[in-house]
Amino acid sequence: MRQRLIRLGAALLGLLLLAAGWLWHVNYNDGVVLDAAAPTGDGEQLRLRGAYLARVGNCLGCHTARGGIPGAGGQPIATPFGTVYTSNLTPDADTGIGRWHAASFWRALHHGRSADGRLLVPVFPYTHTTLLTRQDADALYTYFSSLPPTRASTPRHELRWPYGSQLALAVWRALYFRPGSYQPNPDQSADWNRGAYLVRGVAHCSACHAPRDRLGGANWQNLDGGVMTAQGWYAPSLTSPHEAGLHDWSRQDIAALLKTGVAPGASVSGPMAEVVLQGTQHLRTDDVLAMASYLKTQPLTEAAPPPTSPAPPSARSANGEKLYERHCAACHGERGQGVPGAYPALAGNRAVTQPHTENLVQIVLHGGFAPATAGNPRPYGMPPFTLSLNDGELAAVLSHLRRSWGNQASELSALDVYRARADTDARLR
Amino acid sequence: MNPKTGVPKSSCVDALPVRLAPPLFTTRPRHPRGSLWVRVAALLLVLAAPAAQAAPAFEDSIAQRTQACTACHGEQGRAGPDGYYPRLAGKPAAYLYHQLLNFREGRRHYGLMTRMVDMLSDAYLWEIAQHFAALQVPYAPPAPWARPPEAAVLARGRELALHGNPTTRLPACVQCHGQKLTGVLPAVPGLLGLPADYLTAQLGGWRTGERRAHAPDCMASVVRRLSDRDAHAVVVWLASQPVPTDAHPAPGRPDTAPNAPDLRCGVAALPGGARP
Repeated sequence: MRQRLIRLGAALLGLLLLAAGWLWHVNYNDGVVLDAAAPTGDGEQLRLRGAYLARVGNCLGCHTARGGIPGAGGQPIATPFGTVYTSNLTPDADTGIGRWHAASFWRALHHGRSADGRLLVPVFPYTHTTLLTRQDADALYTYFSSLPPTRASTPRHELRWPYGSQLALAVWRALYFRPGSYQPNPDQSADWNRGAYLVRGVAHCSACHAPRDRLGGANWQNLDGGVMTAQGWYAPSLTSPHEAGLHDWSRQDIAALLKTGVAPGASVSGPMAEVVLQGTQHLRTDDVLAMASYLKTQPLTEAAPPPTSPAPPSARSANGEKLYERHCAACHGERGQGVPGAYPALAGNRAVTQPHTENLVQIVLHGGFAPATAGNPRPYGMPPFTLSLNDGELAAVLSHLRRSWGNQASELSALDVYRARADTDARLR
Repeated sequence: MNPKTGVPKSSCVDALPVRLAPPLFTTRPRHPRGSLWVRVAALLLVLAAPAAQAAPAFEDSIAQRTQACTACHGEQGRAGPDGYYPRLAGKPAAYLYHQLLNFREGRRHYGLMTRMVDMLSDAYLWEIAQHFAALQVPYAPPAPWARPPEAAVLARGRELALHGNPTTRLPACVQCHGQKLTGVLPAVPGLLGLPADYLTAQLGGWRTGERRAHAPDCMASVVRRLSDRDAHAVVVWLASQPVPTDAHPAPGRPDTAPNAPDLRCGVAALPGGARP
């Protein structure tokens, strides 16, 4: 009996050691030599390339607090697991990357480890930046090192136990992260491959557009749409014809949306408005067209068609019609036709009819402007209705939009609106 | 916490971290205007409303582009369910521009305003500020008080607004906000035509740091020299004053108050780098 217990114990211990060894291997055995060598190549060219990549990837969008010094970090990022604060990327010796070297910077982008060896929280999308070439990592390092050093400690992450612990991160990474590099597809053009590198790596589109599981894991090259749980928005599918699928868009229209924030029949809002404003509007024309080439060829998902209900409009929807006439029709038109270039059409608009209603509710609750980009510098605004319409009224008017002028989507309930409102009111403070 | 006014949502005044002296002025009565003619006019307005709403044709104008602003602020400012949305018309352009930047950059806190301006460029915000600054909209007379303030409070408020308080080195309102208190170009706002609870909320916001301006934040220094009782008195007096017929901001540049040279007001460069 005792012998068997000892054997069992030994076996368990062995398994534990094996697991620990495996965790160590996948997380720490990356073979990066942390030498102090400076990046090779023309410094100024590297810096310019790095500045461009940082723009395209919107690094400063997260690594700058509201009203703060660009790159000095401290911006809170809400996640389902708690709040993460972004780090200081300026070359301050104590609080920034002043003591980092090109090799440690590369290891952060490629392996998701900090200069001191710690595993980084994957809010930093190293799941995507791992695809960057060493040369591009060096370019980014050169650029950030050229920023004015700013002394700014960032607050400690406020992650619920155990999500922020190194062991939890090690397990998460073992499940969801493998360092990689972009492997060109020989069947596609150089243009397509450059677009793929930008979409998958630098611009990390699927960080939002991929569906995530309960632990925040995902297939990192999937663009089938992701709920941004802690943000209250939904990053629509770029592969579904019922959402923001791009297969039947022209490359020029895709490029226009990324460069200006507006395209025929579509405009960006919420987190994507920020991405366009601070990131993609700065893309070179050849690069944005390359991204369009890649995005256009994403295989269509066999997504179920949006729920249609042949039932006649309910009383809720009828009340919504009255509210629509009073509050919406002046801009969006009696038949939801909109005004080209100013107010989006609601009839036949996938942002109105897509199964996920988060964005629709956000826009009507809080209003806002399309991003003021170089290509659309004076956008039109949408008033907020969070103060003037109650949950039932908002549900009625949104149900009306989703079921009129040929739209055949499901109705919303007051509870749907209530949830979105309760969720965002807390964050608006 | 109401981010716009810097005070908790439940009440604009009595939950200020620093208690202001009673009587408080949370409620400006909306007197039921009982006259038959008013009722008839109201009825006609209601009947005419649907036609009026269907009417406005689309035109490519800055007014059209900024309907999101006027939806809440109205023409003359308007009370909302969570605070008072001040008028925009006729305020100094650089003042409006500063406030838009303050919301975008986190020096003022009101979620809806922040979302509204978050995606807008300096150049567009400046254009929007200039648009509203150029509008000429008449002011309504101050609404009557539910309970008239005491004469002593009004007198104290008047004294502080016109002469300040040398003992606490408190400058008079008129030193910076203009002799007529209608503001001074390019960036100092007028103080008349605003309801008492809005004024109170702003002073409270400055005291708690909920409202800030570009550094150096001169108004924050002023508020630190103002006792609660005096803040109340100034607000009551200001809210009781009619707005003069010519409500234009005065020309000038009061970077400092003459007897308070330590009060320097920060400004933001205009798009293109010019000083306002």
